[in-house]
Amino acid sequence: MNIEQFVPARRATSTGNLPARIEIEELPAIAVEDLCKTYRGYYAVDDVNFVVPKGWTVGLLGGNGAGKTTTIAMIMGLVVPSFGRAMVLGHDMARERHKVLKQMNFESPYVALPGRLTVRENLTVFGRLYGVPNLKARIEELIEDFELGDVLDRVTGRLSAGQKTRVAVAKSLINEPEVLLLDEPTASLDPDRAEWVRGRLRAYQQRRGATILLSSHNMAEVEQLCDFVVIMSRGRIVAMGRPRELTERFQCRDLDEVFIYLARVA
Amino acid sequence: MSDSLNRIAAMTARYYYILRSSWLRLFEIIYWPAMQMLVWGFLYTYLYESKSAMASTAGLLLGAVLLWDVLFRGQLGFTFTFLEEIWSRNLANLMMSPLQPAELAASLMLMSLIRLLIGTIPVTILTLLLFGFNVYAMGPGLIAFFLNLVLTSWAIGLVVAGLVIRQGLGAESLAYSVMIVLLPLCCVYYPVDALPAWLHPIAWSLTPTYVFEGMRAVLLDGVFRADLMIECLALNAVYLGLAFTAFITLLHSARHKGGLLTMGE
Repeated sequence: MNIEQFVPARRATSTGNLPARIEIEELPAIAVEDLCKTYRGYYAVDDVNFVVPKGWTVGLLGGNGAGKTTTIAMIMGLVVPSFGRAMVLGHDMARERHKVLKQMNFESPYVALPGRLTVRENLTVFGRLYGVPNLKARIEELIEDFELGDVLDRVTGRLSAGQKTRVAVAKSLINEPEVLLLDEPTASLDPDRAEWVRGRLRAYQQRRGATILLSSHNMAEVEQLCDFVVIMSRGRIVAMGRPRELTERFQCRDLDEVFIYLARVA
Repeated sequence: MSDSLNRIAAMTARYYYILRSSWLRLFEIIYWPAMQMLVWGFLYTYLYESKSAMASTAGLLLGAVLLWDVLFRGQLGFTFTFLEEIWSRNLANLMMSPLQPAELAASLMLMSLIRLLIGTIPVTILTLLLFGFNVYAMGPGLIAFFLNLVLTSWAIGLVVAGLVIRQGLGAESLAYSVMIVLLPLCCVYYPVDALPAWLHPIAWSLTPTYVFEGMRAVLLDGVFRADLMIECLALNAVYLGLAFTAFITLLHSARHKGGLLTMGE
């Protein structure tokens, strides 16, 4: 299967950074079509198109204010697009999000779990909200996978930043989502813990065949986890492709260099 | 249906965990109504013993304070429980979960009722023990008064919650201040006739007016005005429907405006 994007021809030719249209064979997990979000005439997201086939991990990259978080918020249905649409598992997230929310989950640094609840209470509440069957067993699995045994009965608000992130990622997997949206999931972790969390995400993705859309500033993380990368700048997609394709296309050593190059020229 | 009930139960458990986590919070629910009741209770005692013309209205005063507190605390309970989600930056987690807005509203209503009962029952017992005023002597009418006031408090709570979602924490102060607008117009301490004639239609468009007029009928004349309570219930049904529509509209508007993800930042 190949990834495909519905990029207008004018943009493809104007930047020269976008691969040609490639057909996909089945309903994608995520399809973003002509997506725009304007705030009083300012384009936070401008004509963004990409799809994420089922089972892929795609990285959404860009500097601060590039439009990543707004794009993810529109994919989650938390923000209604000004134009275009974001589809998840075939459902328009502006209008039919309730049909698909049980199969999704997310983690974002903008959002926190209730700080006064213990880790166990938080996992229980969210497990029940998502209607997780055999919730106790599922929580036990997560405790084991994310080594949360020692913090389980501690109040979430008093955990270290790293522990909170582990709990938040555990919460995002409570319902074993088909589609997982992660906004900088390892930003507050030390390199060792970040690598450990990446390992858990990779294992989950492989076991469940889940689709992951990941926003990150950590290029090494993106190269490690992602099958495909979408790079945004000033609300627009400026490049997309497999990590190796991008480094070859821009004649850079790694994604870090690609990112810096595009940030300066885009 | 069972999924929906399960989600409401999950949210109620979430709010129960918060209450359980801090005895100070629990104490605060009882503390304010108790202090208020002490002040008004002493005034009641003073008026009652003064044998002045005001003596006959002393009971009315205390009854009005108690019922006003049901309305005020009911709305605060609803709105503060909702604000917990904003303060803890958890709203997006809930909006991204299968929880429906109606289920969120139902859990907030349930929690408002629980907080109200925790705050009100000890105060009514305190009033009986300290001042000899038995609010339960109002009989079955008390249930009708309580029910109608709680419904009104939920309707107001829904609109305030919607405004906070739409406008952000800038609208937080409405949680404390919105009820004060009602205080002079819904005739808590005086009959509707005390208002200028041109304000009567406004007073009768407010559901608490029916409750306080009903309370005065019970305490002064010993008559339970079922007609007032039925009218009040019908108005409450309309207001609750309008309030829920406003809540959904404001939520939808917030999704257009953006900011749900970062709310509480």
